[in-house]
This record gives sequence, structure tokens and C-alpha cells, in this order.
Amino acid sequence: MRQQSRVAFILLLTPLVLWLGLLIVIPHIDMLLISLRERISFGVYEGSLTQYEKALTEPLYLRTFWRTAVMSVLATAITLLIAFPVSYYIAKMAKGRLQQVLFMLCLIPFYVSELVRTFGWMILLRETGLISNLLQLTGLADQPVELLYTDATMMVGLVYTSMLFMVVPLVTTLESLDDSVVEAGYDLGGNGLSVMREIIIPHAMPGIVSGCIVVFMLSLGNYLTPTMLGGKDSLWFTEMIYNQFIVRSNWELGAAFGFMLLVLSSVIVWGMLRLTGRTLKETMG
Amino acid sequence: MIPSIPQSRAFRVIYGGYVLLFFIYMALPLTVVAVFAFNDSQFPSLPWEGFTWKWFFGEERPRIGVFHERGILRAVGNSAFVAACVAILSVSVGTTNAFLFNRYEFRGKGLLYVLMLLPLVIPGIVLGISILVFSSTLANGIWDLARVDIQALRPGLLLVILGQFSFITTIATLVISARLQKFDRTLEEAALNLGANRLTAVRTITFPFLGPAMIGALVVAFLMSFENFNTTLMLVGSDAPLTIAMFDRLKEGSTPLLNAVSLLLMVASSLLALLVILFQRRP
Repeated sequence: MRQQSRVAFILLLTPLVLWLGLLIVIPHIDMLLISLRERISFGVYEGSLTQYEKALTEPLYLRTFWRTAVMSVLATAITLLIAFPVSYYIAKMAKGRLQQVLFMLCLIPFYVSELVRTFGWMILLRETGLISNLLQLTGLADQPVELLYTDATMMVGLVYTSMLFMVVPLVTTLESLDDSVVEAGYDLGGNGLSVMREIIIPHAMPGIVSGCIVVFMLSLGNYLTPTMLGGKDSLWFTEMIYNQFIVRSNWELGAAFGFMLLVLSSVIVWGMLRLTGRTLKETMG
Repeated sequence: MIPSIPQSRAFRVIYGGYVLLFFIYMALPLTVVAVFAFNDSQFPSLPWEGFTWKWFFGEERPRIGVFHERGILRAVGNSAFVAACVAILSVSVGTTNAFLFNRYEFRGKGLLYVLMLLPLVIPGIVLGISILVFSSTLANGIWDLARVDIQALRPGLLLVILGQFSFITTIATLVISARLQKFDRTLEEAALNLGANRLTAVRTITFPFLGPAMIGALVVAFLMSFENFNTTLMLVGSDAPLTIAMFDRLKEGSTPLLNAVSLLLMVASSLLALLVILFQRRP
């Protein structure tokens, strides 16, 4: 029996180790090694920190890096602000059928490819698009208005794309809040604001943290939305990675960029977990 | 701020209005995509030129429909193939992972569990390039050693499958683990007492219990793979899956053909999603 259990253990461990080893751990180590070398001539490489030096001294690279980080944080904050009242409504105000239907309405758009969602925004916002036509029709504009290719448009797209990943954890945590606790808050003399601050938000914290982490990751790693909706000078860091790898075939610099993005996302995720005293296992698992 | 606490009428109206606005925001882009699939014009924009089915069934240029457009059909085929492989692979490994984490205590379990979660917090593009880099290191190494060029390790469908598998497996593992945790192990022990061996007990008792979660994970994995963009973008070769093919066309300028493809995608994936939700609602 013990022998049998040992065999079963090894059989179950093997796929996990192969998967994590060959597709996650080793590729990332390899990427790190490639980012730490420099091409001397054809097929000859030398270890050096040149790529990181380039990435950290070239103003365009550095600016894009920070811009991507700041815009992703901003997108996360806006998503949270928009999603919270809606999630609260679904979890606490709506009852029965309505609650189920509203929740489904939130879920379904996200089974549709991100490409389709972005395409929808392009149809709405471009110069010949619906909103531009509507503005002309109502007399608010006297010529076609180009609404695409600005930071604000990109933000609309980013928030839209990751909304679900904020709403679902928020609804789940808010649903578990007992109505009587809220009532007790009012009975003890609290008003709407203090009940919100002292009871509802602390209770929803786990949902807020996991929602924010996922939305931040999705915004940071987004490629489609900034490319299709963002302007010429709203370059996103993922676009630079793509350019180095596919357009310029400069894998060394591209790998360095990839590693910087990885470090940035890890630091921010770690920071958020640290700040709220939670572990990755509790938040994601 | 719950229904049992009285609120002013103005507050309720404003709150309700806000929620309504939110759902309009959610529905707007998808509705627009769907509606313009039926516009009898070269461009998916106003003016409205009349209703047509041509973008679905049209047989000749310039109004060639989805069902006669070879490039798109081939891309759908590629996507379906990739998604089926990814779904089967990730659910298989997800199941073994779930059993491992649920049934065994071993040194390094905590570390492995965190490693297992990591793919969720690695940006898709970074996952893609790391696999691209590693597979080409492998291919170059094999070439240097044996002068054999292994095409499978160059960008193409195999790498796309591996790239998507690398993070979808985490999701499959989580879905199946959640169900396995609810399993009452005494049922399995009862089977053992009644003379079944361990494998038979797992096969006849545990698997039927896990069934709904496995089917749910299968569909979710299929959908996630089908709509994946970031990881695929870095690993794609000459055979493009649907999202990449549509992206390439979108860059060149769009026709309502893309709306028609999108509408079909929406209908198909909502149906699948609905199916899963209904299926898992059953106790």
C-alpha cells in the first residue's frame, strides 16, 4: 500500500514539475540570461549589462516604462471606483431573479474576445463613428470629431476590458456581508458614510485586493487596447517588447524589457499584498 | 444602504440611474459590433445603407461573407484545433495537480503551490516571449549538436498551444481543486471497504463527483484559448488563429465582414458560457 501510494505520488508530481519547469521556470531563467548578454558579432555573445543600461538611460524607454505603470494604476483605480457601486447594487440591493440577471449581464461580455470589444469601441469613437455622428446630429459639433487615439479613449478601453475582473470578486465578498451587520451599524448611530467606511469597505477588502491585482496585471500586460485605441505617443511598454522581438529582432533588449515588466508587476502585486497583509494563496487560490 | 434601511427617493433614483448607465456602457460596444454586421456598406460605420445578410452568406467580392471567406475559415479551424488541444491538456494536468495538492503532504508543497499560481500574475506577453526564447535556445542547441532543425520548436501552432497551456492550466487546477475539496473522502473509503482497489474507487466514486467541474474547466479553457491574444501574438507562425487573423485585418482597415465574424463569436461563446453557468448551477 505504501509502495503503491509512493508510485501514485510520483505519477501526480511529474506533470506538475514538467509543466512548471519546462514552461515557466526554465524559460524565464533563459530569458534572464539572454537579457544579460550582448551580441559581439554573428553568433558571438558576451555577458554584459548593456541592455539594462540602454533601457535605463534611453529617455523614450524609461518614459514609456513609467507611463505604462502610472496609467495602469490609474486604470485600476478608475475601474474600482466605477465597479464598487455597481457590485454593491448587485450584491445587496437587487434581489432574486434581477440579481442573477444583472450578474450574468456582467459576465457574458467577457466571454467575447478582447479584440471584438476593442473593435466595438473603434466603431463608436472613430471619426466616421457613431458618437461623432451623434454629436453632429445634435449640433454639438459642426464637423466629424476624431475621438480615437487619445489617452482618454485608451483609458475607456482599458477600464472596459478589465471591468469583470473587478466586479466578480467584489460581488462575491459583498454578498457574504450579513445585512444585519449593516443594520446594526445604523442602529448604533452610524450614517451612510460611516457605515460604508467602518463596515462595508473593511468587509470587502479581500475582494478589492484581488480585483485590483488582476485588473492591474491585465492593464499592464495589455497590448491590443493601447495599440488600437491609443495615440501615436501613448506607447505602451508591451508594444516596445513586441517591437524589439518581432520587428527589430533585437531579442536581448526585448528580453530585458520583458524582465523589467515582470519585476514591475511583481513589485506592485507584492506591495499590494503586503499593504493589506494578505498572501498570494489567499488572494488567487 | 440596504433595502431594509429607508433611503430618500432622490438617492434611489440616482443610484438606479447609475447602474443603468453602467450596463449601457457594458453593452454598447458589443451591440454596435453586432448591428453593423448587417450594414450593406463597405465600412462598419454610418450611414446605414440598408439591411443585408451578405456579410454572412455573400459569395463574391467585394461582399464576401464569413462562410465563403477561406482565410477566416482556416483561422477558425486553427483556433478550434489549438483550443481543443489546450483544453484537453490543461484539464488533464489540472486534474492531476488537484489530486496532488488535495491528497498529499510533502516537503516543498507550499512553494509548489505558489509557483503553480504564478502564471496568473505574469503578463501574457512575457509568458509568450519567455517560451519563444527558450524554445529557440533549444532548437539552436539541437542544431549545433546534431545539425537537425526541429521546426516544431519554431513559432507555430505547437508553441501557441504550449504558451496558452502554460497559464490556462493554473485556472483548470483551481476550478478542479475547489470541487475536490468539497468531496467527502469517506465515500471513497467505503468503496475500499467494499473491496474496490484504489483506482476503481477513484474511477467510480471520485471522478463522477468531479465531472461537472472538469467539464466546466474544459469549456472555460476552450474559450480562454480561443480568445487569447497576448501570448499567441508572440508565438504565432504562419498559421494564424482567429484573433491574430482578425487583428491583421483590423490594422488594414475593417469591413463588416469582421463584424459578422465577431457576432458569430459572441453568439457561440455566450451559448457555451451560458451552458457552463446552467450546468454548474445544478447541485
